[in-house]
Amino acid sequence: MENIASKLTQEQYEKNFKELHPPFSYGAALAEASRCLYCYDSPCMKACPTHIDISQFIKKISTDNLLGSAKTILKSNWVALTCAKACPVAVLCEGACVLNEKGDKPIEIGRLQRYVIDNYFAKEMPPLFTKKPSNGKSVAIIGSGPAGLSCSAELALLGYNVTVFESSDIPGGLNTWGIAPYKMRKEDALKEVELVKTFGVNVKTGVNVGIDILFNDLYKAFDAVFLGIGLGESRALSVNGEELSGVVSALDFIEQVKTEEWSSVAVGKRVAIIGAGNTSIDAATEAKRLGAEEVMVIYRRSSQDMSAYNFEFDLAKKDGIIFHFLTAPKKIVGKNFVEGIECIRMEPGEPDSKGKRRAFPVPGTEFVIPVDMVIKAIGQEAQNEFIASIPGVKFVNGMVEIKPDTYQTGNPKVFAGGDCINGGKEVVNAAYDGKMAAHGINNFLNN
Amino acid sequence: MVDLSINCGGIKSPNPFWLASAPPTNSAYQNCKAFEAGWGGVVWKTLSHPIMNVSSRLGGFDYSGQKLAGLNNIELTTDRSVDINLKEIKETKKLWPDRAIIVSLMVESKRETWHDIVKKAIDTGADGIELNYGCPHGMSERGMGAAVGQVPEYCQMITEWVTEISTIPVLVKLTPNVTNIQMPARAAKAAKAQGVSLINTINSIVGIDLDTLQIIPSVAGKGGHGGFAGPAVKPIALHMVSQVAIDPEFNLPISGIGGISTWKDALEFILLGATSVQVCTAVMHHGFRIVEDMIEGLTNWMSSKGYSKLDQIRGKSLPQIDSFGNLNLLFKTVARIDQSKCIHCNLCYIACEDGAHQCIDLTPENGHNKTVIREKDCVGCNLCSIVCPVPECISMVRTDDGTSEKTWNNLVQDFRNDGKELTWESLAEFQKGHGIEIH
Ligand SMILES: Cc1cc2nc3c(=O)[nH]c(=O)nc-3n(C[C@H](O)[C@H](O)[C@H](O)COP(=O)(O)O)c2cc1C
Ligand code: SF4
Ligand code: SF4
Repeated sequence: MENIASKLTQEQYEKNFKELHPPFSYGAALAEASRCLYCYDSPCMKACPTHIDISQFIKKISTDNLLGSAKTILKSNWVALTCAKACPVAVLCEGACVLNEKGDKPIEIGRLQRYVIDNYFAKEMPPLFTKKPSNGKSVAIIGSGPAGLSCSAELALLGYNVTVFESSDIPGGLNTWGIAPYKMRKEDALKEVELVKTFGVNVKTGVNVGIDILFNDLYKAFDAVFLGIGLGESRALSVNGEELSGVVSALDFIEQVKTEEWSSVAVGKRVAIIGAGNTSIDAATEAKRLGAEEVMVIYRRSSQDMSAYNFEFDLAKKDGIIFHFLTAPKKIVGKNFVEGIECIRMEPGEPDSKGKRRAFPVPGTEFVIPVDMVIKAIGQEAQNEFIASIPGVKFVNGMVEIKPDTYQTGNPKVFAGGDCINGGKEVVNAAYDGKMAAHGINNFLNN
Repeated sequence: MVDLSINCGGIKSPNPFWLASAPPTNSAYQNCKAFEAGWGGVVWKTLSHPIMNVSSRLGGFDYSGQKLAGLNNIELTTDRSVDINLKEIKETKKLWPDRAIIVSLMVESKRETWHDIVKKAIDTGADGIELNYGCPHGMSERGMGAAVGQVPEYCQMITEWVTEISTIPVLVKLTPNVTNIQMPARAAKAAKAQGVSLINTINSIVGIDLDTLQIIPSVAGKGGHGGFAGPAVKPIALHMVSQVAIDPEFNLPISGIGGISTWKDALEFILLGATSVQVCTAVMHHGFRIVEDMIEGLTNWMSSKGYSKLDQIRGKSLPQIDSFGNLNLLFKTVARIDQSKCIHCNLCYIACEDGAHQCIDLTPENGHNKTVIREKDCVGCNLCSIVCPVPECISMVRTDDGTSEKTWNNLVQDFRNDGKELTWESLAEFQKGHGIEIH
């Protein structure tokens, strides 16, 4: 890449990446907790994909029963800190809070949950759960992201011998690598791994199933296998110039921002992000916060059709990100490195069955935007080859097919959850899948 | 490991949390659901003679947007027949052998009538009986409830009718609508009851509708006094429980009731001598589910303080209760403001200036008012720290060195020994000698 944005001072980086939602003080948490109406069968609880008993945990904050509060949260969700910080609360629990309807500000449920779990981790995790005695059965979990961790925690408490296989050297999956630093730092995700380890779960990092150990060997050695493998490579744009220096995938970029010194992450002066999902917004705002002068999102459909949440869109706008809607990339121009991106204007067509309108290029409207870096954020491929290698496991629309109540795949001994079964959703969905799959496995192994 | 189990005058339960005799304990359905949620015991809704309730029987007392700071009611005893209740009590006890079921009773003042109902209650297999001498409305006009509880002699006589035939423990539930709560408690003891429960509800009118000028709750244009319960009555209940607990002539187990909503409230009752605690309004507000937090919160508090059994803490705060004449006049605290926490609301200033002793100064600084305590004038009354909305912003700090003590009783004795008269002048001399300035 040429035209690299100038480096900032460490102080400036810290300022740019400081937490969007800082922690509550004791007094503020108490005041917020006492605003909660303690609804019964509360809408917030129903809106939470893991069904945390929210009014109960908030009530316990107001009585200084923080350990009890942590227990209420964790028994429904083993990655509750990540969820507290990374969940789109505005469209989940907080969006459902009855106070919205009353015309008041909804309870800041995410921040309260974080308050409780921060406190629990700061107290070095006093035991809250009792493990059932060992039942002598063993389960292999592939992937230590939210789905794998939840499944492990639940199974370990049920008395199973659980081993997690993680290809990376550092566990936690996307919770560790994939969440913007102004939402959450890597250390938080690692604490959740530590919590699960206290239940006796064996986490083996740096072991790539399929390369370091054959799937078939695991399959034979364990009574059941859970796939929490997420998705694979970022999807290609399939346009000319994609191989030029300066074209990167959003996930690689986000991972770099999360794991390397900010000053060593190369970012262009002018950056184009292709695609308008939540990952794209993360990449855009992170590029801006790293010092890029001009950051734009290029999306072939209109603003109503983008999958990014409104609050993410707002954040990007606040950061000064420019949005080119109804604009599709045709090719990336440049000799050795990116010099620009040639786009074409699009026109919206009729809405499809999901209400999303397809867009069609308007001939003769090509134009070139000069940029130094292109970040691809149009989704991820599935782990096609790996999944194809497991007998019986079926694949539909790039997603592993499971039975919705048991999370069992076409191979009775193999279960799956998280991004690999839903094509890429929230952490909280993966957390729920993992937990439910654990019960599916438990039922399977007891019948 | 913390063990919350208790034995209240022979009635055992796995935790001290009981439901008070009231709408939440009206039926087997409710009591089973309560046990499911974790309640250690229930006092069944009072069984009595045939009655009918009116529609519109509750009135809520809200304060500053907080719903149900208090609850007023004109409900009577159960409106379901004695036979149905007895049958349900028996069934419930069978299903929940480890929990306490206490049958609350209130019948007319006839020995045979009491004997009859007490025998029936015992036949259900219940763990104890509670005598409701507290109901302040409706039943008292018929010579029952508070009409009995307010006259120690009646209380003793009727309790004797019960204890002379009862084979299970008997608790007497006291009305707070008396001048000295120790008297009915002593009467219960004299009649050989195993303990007392207190408080029942306090005579009250909860409010008036300012559009219709109707008393709340209004029954077709009429109303009257009811019984007041809920968070607002807690301080009164705590006092009454402590009075009974410190009475050397009493010395029996107490079931504490009145405004308990959280484990903290319950703990305060226990620290003042209660063995079990009973809850009504908080459950009427939020349901049986609140007991989970109560059990956890109490357990966590006990283990964090190194206690394993409630016996270790019961009545632990009672020894501090003393008469005013025995308090140290030379103990001195002053208010200190943590300027880093101050949000400049000036509430401490106006409270002290208009409502206390004018010892906070406002000094303009950086566009707001800095509040500064003049320590030499501060009498240590606590008011500013009570009104400050920021936790731990104003703290009360002890400034005497803890070596001198002089109580009012000592002082009066000193004057007497020195043959001096207690006058404003002689008192001022004493104050001057100890650097105390009254302005
Ligand atoms: C609607 C209502 C009905 C009640 N009925 C009875 C009763 O039948 N027998 C009784 O002993 N106490 C009765 N009480 C009093 C309660 O048992 C309890 O003593 C009182 O409510 C104080 O406790 P709390 O502050 O937790 O509500 C009733 C209270 C209410 C609010
Ligand atoms: S707001 Fe509606 S649901 Fe909530 S208490 Fe009132 S009436 Fe019931
Ligand atoms: S909906 Fe809002 S007020 Fe009701 S329980 Fe949930 S957070 Fe509390």
